[in-house]
Amino acid sequence: MEKILKDVVLDNSDEIVRMWIEQVKKNQGGAFYQSLSDEALENTNREFANAIFEGIQKGKIAKTPLDEFAEKLINLGWPLTYLTDGMQVFRRSVVKFIIHKWEDLDFSEADNYFELGDDYFPWVLEKVDEWVDPLVNELVSEYSGSWENIVSLQRMALQELSAPLIPVMDNITIMPLIGTIDTERAKMVMESLLDGVIKHNAEVVLIDITGVPVVDTMVAHHIIQAAEAVRLIGSRCILVGIRPEIAQTIVNLGIDLGKFPTKSSLRKGFQTALELTNREIVEDTNREEEIENLIESLDRSEEE
Amino acid sequence: MSDQSCVYIKKEWDIVAARQMGRDIATQVGFKTVDQARIATAISELARNIYLYAGAGKICFEAIETVQKKGITIKATDEGPGISDLAQVMEDGYSTSGGLGAGLPGVKRLMDEFDIISKSGEGTTIESTKWLR
Ligand SMILES: Nc1ncnc2c1ncn2[C@@H]1O[C@H](COP(=O)(O)OP(=O)(O)O)[C@@H](O)[C@H]1O
Ligand SMILES: [Mg+2]
Repeated sequence: MEKILKDVVLDNSDEIVRMWIEQVKKNQGGAFYQSLSDEALENTNREFANAIFEGIQKGKIAKTPLDEFAEKLINLGWPLTYLTDGMQVFRRSVVKFIIHKWEDLDFSEADNYFELGDDYFPWVLEKVDEWVDPLVNELVSEYSGSWENIVSLQRMALQELSAPLIPVMDNITIMPLIGTIDTERAKMVMESLLDGVIKHNAEVVLIDITGVPVVDTMVAHHIIQAAEAVRLIGSRCILVGIRPEIAQTIVNLGIDLGKFPTKSSLRKGFQTALELTNREIVEDTNREEEIENLIESLDRSEEE
Repeated sequence: MSDQSCVYIKKEWDIVAARQMGRDIATQVGFKTVDQARIATAISELARNIYLYAGAGKICFEAIETVQKKGITIKATDEGPGISDLAQVMEDGYSTSGGLGAGLPGVKRLMDEFDIISKSGEGTTIESTKWLR
């Protein structure tokens, strides 16, 4: 019996889609829809209807074209209500269509024929729900899954940004910190610092706090602990980028940063790091002379 | 004190909101960079103590602008466990959480006036003012 009902619906998909589109359009008056061209909306509606029908035809077995359709809409930023609304209207359209056609339907040939009598309405509703509900669930889980995916990707991106390590040269690494440091981030600073020191074989790590708005006792405590941990694995930390007002508040708080070197700027800290690794910057004057000579000779050749 | 200049502290990120509001008010009163940083840091300490030890509470601000004196008052209120020995928590290095124990004595040094009222089991109120010079 169910198969006959389903076949009738599938055979008359054109008629049902027409009913559906007529209804669905009434709900599509909001600001989002006004930003679309009529043609784009019409095409998407048709595509949606086709995907629904294909979904019903295939049943709940495999991945249906509805998944792909939903994914596409999510990427284009369509609201979830477009999908849920569409499915509701679809459910209603199918029921309406079947009721309308009821008198013409002939179930007498069905294998499992049984008498429905006048009470056919609940049975029709039940069957339609059985086709539509799995599709709705599929759509919603596809939609929320995409969002969870995006959120977790962004969280990962943020985590990567929150405690970056830059190996500027052999044995010297910089960790620039920008923005507020909460407990979670403070933990990441520690982890990233220890991992990085080992990975890049850093002798000196410069922690740059130029971009940290407030250094309170919690932030100071974590920095002290991180520096201590770095010292324990045989490297050294230099705290740089201490703005004058931050230096003042650190003193007022009575925090002792005496255990490891601090420098006001990254430049000064880098100089210290070079000294600690037995290096210095030498300006190559010879080369400059060479270039000057070269330019002069060019000038001369032009004059000739 | 009007409710509008209060920030409720429930989550860790509320500390940042409190700091931001305090800094804005301090700027309006006329504080310069160094004092702004001192005030923001004091707020951070008080708000974090609420978050850590009382679980929830609020930080309120009052801008004082009379003809003779200008300043900002920070009032931190909570209904947490309270502090039984006030002298002890004002000692540098005293902490029950493995912290630096420099928060409360630090706030006292960062600001000009500092009052603490607390009763075991009833909560803690700390009021602290910085004057514009
Ligand atoms: N609002 C509060 N309610 C209850 N106890 C508090 C509160 N604020 C501070 N304390 C107690 O005072 C101690 C010292 O605080 P503080 O000077 O900020 O240092 P820290 O936070 O590093 O421990 C805390 O360890 C805690 O036991
Ligand atoms: Mg504290």
